[in-house]
Amino acid sequence: MVTKMLLAGCTALSALAFSAGIANAVELRFQCYQDGNECQAWSEEIKKFEAKNPDIKVAVDEVPYKAILESLPVQLASGSGPDLARVSDLGGLAKYMLDLRPHLKDADYWEKNYGDELKWTRVNGPNDNGIYNLPDQLTITGPFVNKTLFDQAGVAMPGDKATWDDWAKAAVEVAKKTKTPYPMAMDRSGHRFAGPAISYGAKYFDGKGNPITVDDGFKAFAEKFVKWNKDGTMAKDVWAGSGGATYQDASQEFINATLVFYLSGSWQVARFGREIGDAFDWEVVNSPCGPAACTGIPGGASVVGFKHTKHPEAVAKLLDFMAQEDVYADFIGQTKAIPANKSLQEKRVDYPDADSHVKKALAAFTIAAKSLSPRAFEFQGYKNNRAIMNATAARITQAIVGESTLDQALDRINADIAEAVKASGGAK
Amino acid sequence: MLKPLNTAAQLGYRTAFGLFELPMATAQKLIGIKRIAWMFLLPNLLIFGLFTFLPIILNFFYATSGGDAILLAHRPYVGTENFASLLSCTDYLDPNTCRRDVFWRAVYNTGWFVVLQVGFMVAFSLLTALILNRDIPWRGFFRSVFFYPVLLSPVVVALIWKWILQRYGLFNAGLEDVGLSSVDWLTDANWAFFWIIFVSIWAHMGFYTLILLAGLQAIPADVYEAAEMDGASRWRVFSKITMPLLMPTMIVVLVLSLIRAVQAFDEIFVLTGGGPGSATTLILQYIYETGFASRPQLFGLAAAASILMAVVLLVLTLLQLRVTRGQAEN
Amino acid sequence: MLWSFISRTRGRNRFDLTDWLTWGYLIFGMLLMFGPVLWVAMSSFKTDAALSEYPPSFLPLATQTAMVKGYDKPLPLYEITAGEHKGSVLAQIRRIGLNAQMVDPAHPDEKINVKIGDRQPKRELTFAWDNYSKLFKRFNFMRYFWNSVFITVVATVITVLFNSMAAFALAKYKFRGRMVVFLLIIATLMIPPTINLVPIYLVVNELGLVNTPWAVIWPAVATPTGVFLLRQYMLTIPDDLLDAARMDHASEWRVYWRIVLPLAAPAIAVLVIFSVMWRWNEFLWPLIVLNRSEQFTLQLALNAFQGDLQTSWSGLLAMTILTLLPITIVFAILQKNITAGIAQSGVK
Repeated sequence: MVTKMLLAGCTALSALAFSAGIANAVELRFQCYQDGNECQAWSEEIKKFEAKNPDIKVAVDEVPYKAILESLPVQLASGSGPDLARVSDLGGLAKYMLDLRPHLKDADYWEKNYGDELKWTRVNGPNDNGIYNLPDQLTITGPFVNKTLFDQAGVAMPGDKATWDDWAKAAVEVAKKTKTPYPMAMDRSGHRFAGPAISYGAKYFDGKGNPITVDDGFKAFAEKFVKWNKDGTMAKDVWAGSGGATYQDASQEFINATLVFYLSGSWQVARFGREIGDAFDWEVVNSPCGPAACTGIPGGASVVGFKHTKHPEAVAKLLDFMAQEDVYADFIGQTKAIPANKSLQEKRVDYPDADSHVKKALAAFTIAAKSLSPRAFEFQGYKNNRAIMNATAARITQAIVGESTLDQALDRINADIAEAVKASGGAK
Repeated sequence: MLKPLNTAAQLGYRTAFGLFELPMATAQKLIGIKRIAWMFLLPNLLIFGLFTFLPIILNFFYATSGGDAILLAHRPYVGTENFASLLSCTDYLDPNTCRRDVFWRAVYNTGWFVVLQVGFMVAFSLLTALILNRDIPWRGFFRSVFFYPVLLSPVVVALIWKWILQRYGLFNAGLEDVGLSSVDWLTDANWAFFWIIFVSIWAHMGFYTLILLAGLQAIPADVYEAAEMDGASRWRVFSKITMPLLMPTMIVVLVLSLIRAVQAFDEIFVLTGGGPGSATTLILQYIYETGFASRPQLFGLAAAASILMAVVLLVLTLLQLRVTRGQAEN
Repeated sequence: MLWSFISRTRGRNRFDLTDWLTWGYLIFGMLLMFGPVLWVAMSSFKTDAALSEYPPSFLPLATQTAMVKGYDKPLPLYEITAGEHKGSVLAQIRRIGLNAQMVDPAHPDEKINVKIGDRQPKRELTFAWDNYSKLFKRFNFMRYFWNSVFITVVATVITVLFNSMAAFALAKYKFRGRMVVFLLIIATLMIPPTINLVPIYLVVNELGLVNTPWAVIWPAVATPTGVFLLRQYMLTIPDDLLDAARMDHASEWRVYWRIVLPLAAPAIAVLVIFSVMWRWNEFLWPLIVLNRSEQFTLQLALNAFQGDLQTSWSGLLAMTILTLLPITIVFAILQKNITAGIAQSGVK
């Protein structure tokens, strides 16, 4: 009898609580894409958030990257779309992003820890001090080296200040001695190309923000790169194998130990750790030097809220929760990424269940993050960077496969970018 | 197992009939038998107008405006600028001299692709249909075999072949096993073009085979028996009886496969990304890349390219229709 | 016995050259058509590491491991191919540079140094079932499956109904404007919907259909291909049959439903196959109009494995097979009906 009453009471109570929850619940939609397990990691953290804030429900919609790249802009332009999303095209979507500053209790915490990356979304003129994005994953481009192949060949690895030519020479020698098919490779992406180009002195844009893509520095590296592709120093398949701005990596070659030197980025670390395992020793080394610098280039994804949301308070609350050091550290640890958070960069994130190669590589990238060329950082926040990167990949490939000469390709890069700038300028 | 399903389907079929009969019969009484045709056309035309025709008209507005805004209200009018830039070439036969070199490469690629793909596919479909029309055991099974790839989504088709053909794929592993050197299947322009044709034939052939097979079986057996009595050779039977009687089906197959070839995109995009360089970039991919994948998204240019494409296709369709009608009248 | 079955030929008893060629073609065709799919099915049971291996193996193999006394984790087993321990099977403790520190599982105390070139992993057939189990944990698979089925079935039914009605009108009535309508439809026959994505989205958004299955269904049902296909077929149905029914005072609807539709069954079967394939495999358009996970279709979930910089192949492959399975089963069951339906046109 007593149990029965208790049970009835409980049911009534829970029904009450449930209906109360329904009545006040704010539902947020979070559109999330992932390279590894980012969405699952955020879902875990968001569960904690929901426990603390029973009046807010967050639905995580895991979508293909294509949806973020292609359909999200269309949705946003017509005033629909999710409340939050994980995006990578920061400059392009900045005009739709919600300024969190008025809703944050401690905006200084954000400035202090994410200041550099916050600049990437401030496109509304010099006085813009809005806080629009939570950089949840900082990526750094940099070279991976198969150390075992160097050992087998008995060739010493070039040191910290080694140039591109040094590395090319060493990689070719190693490949020859160990009968490895490919000395070097670089992802097919204008973003990866920008690192060495800046090292060779490419400026990409002037003080007023006008693009000057093809300058002496850019041309110098482009010449070298095309030559290396033609003479087999670079794995030709990677760039020549695709058209347009299609992305193509060479991680399979590296995992199979058929590649000595591979310019990619920090997002590969977790995969290499998992798939190479103990098969050979691999390392992340300093970006090779050109005459102007020795730099990689930053990148990455951010979680952002959108202006059209009906619940800006709740969106800001969620993002602020995600930005807190303990939550953020947990997320970074699970996704094996480089933290953008400054104090975490100092403290070093502990990556649970990562093997020694992975830990070493992530540490190397974290250090590289602090020594990037300022131009590389600015380029990531430059509004025309996507147009520049797409044109680079498409046109340089044409020069590599012989559809056009390098000079023609460079001219076309300039023309493409001029047009893109005109189109995006014409929008206002 | 199929019995309840069958009963349910029949029940549904009858219910649907009853559901529509009253309104349609009433309509017939009201507007007369002459105009009842419009009642039959109405639902299709409504949807067609809303989701096909209206967007095509909107596309004209995109084509004559510039900028990167998505909403038409925010786009400045630029007149024929987009068309002019697509058509500006010093020598139309050499894409390198064109303002939009990739567009012209895509145009030529598409032309070659359509001719070769449709030609070879129809030939192989016919051959397969003729073979499957023979009195062989397990005919049903073999029909399914050739049809199966049709069920795969284009993305899956492309991914399968990409693994087989890539530098570290099955084919090269096989070549190296027998001591040959590996081939750049997808990074050599000619090979890549061969493979996009091969793969799209592989993926779609089964469907046309099935249609042709139906056409073959529609040819009455007594026609053949008569020919056999006359002692006609196999080739004669094929060219004088089978082919002419198969012609109506053949035309359907040609039209449908032409449509598919012109619209080919997904599988090629995933397989080669349009590469090497732009050797396998087809027109639809060009439109998609300019309008969607590039930053900023040049909707105006993409719309202009799509209108140019539509005009060419329209002319081709009308020509084809004329030929078809000529055939039908014969 | 089997031979006489295979060599059964039309009316003749000789197994001649044509028969040889026929069987050669069929067997080659079978390998070519099924082989790649089979390979993908096998690959879907491989671990990520095995997937990026070269040269690839057909069967999912994984390195054998063994528990050795004194070590917490299972150690991978290697076959020694050269040197002093040639022929024995050792467990690897760790690899240091160019040497591997190994141990004989039978004598766990003694450590052995082996050059890394002198050892081969000992592998065995292992199915990575967790490629699949992970999917069910991560996705609401049944929900996506239901969404896909709903869209496919409803869209196909409406497509067949609307297209056949329109085709009937265009094929069997002479009315003013008929040519105009037909040309309009033909004109758009070749224009791929892909190039109108943005305008169509604007229309769908105005109608408030975004994030409902109808956003995928409505724009897809008025296919010009279907109208064209059915009209061409209906032209071959003799008018006498229709007129005979009209003599019996059948309404036009009854004429259409009771006479024309059943007679057009073979063409309708073709359209059904077309429509089912299109809707089931459609990706780009649902990607744009469906962005809430409870509305997702299987194709969207399948592509969620493709990130910006990386693709999770093991998940993608397992999902591919799962997406393929339902349509394969349906096809296997209906295969006879489909071919029989098409063959009936021969009886007519």
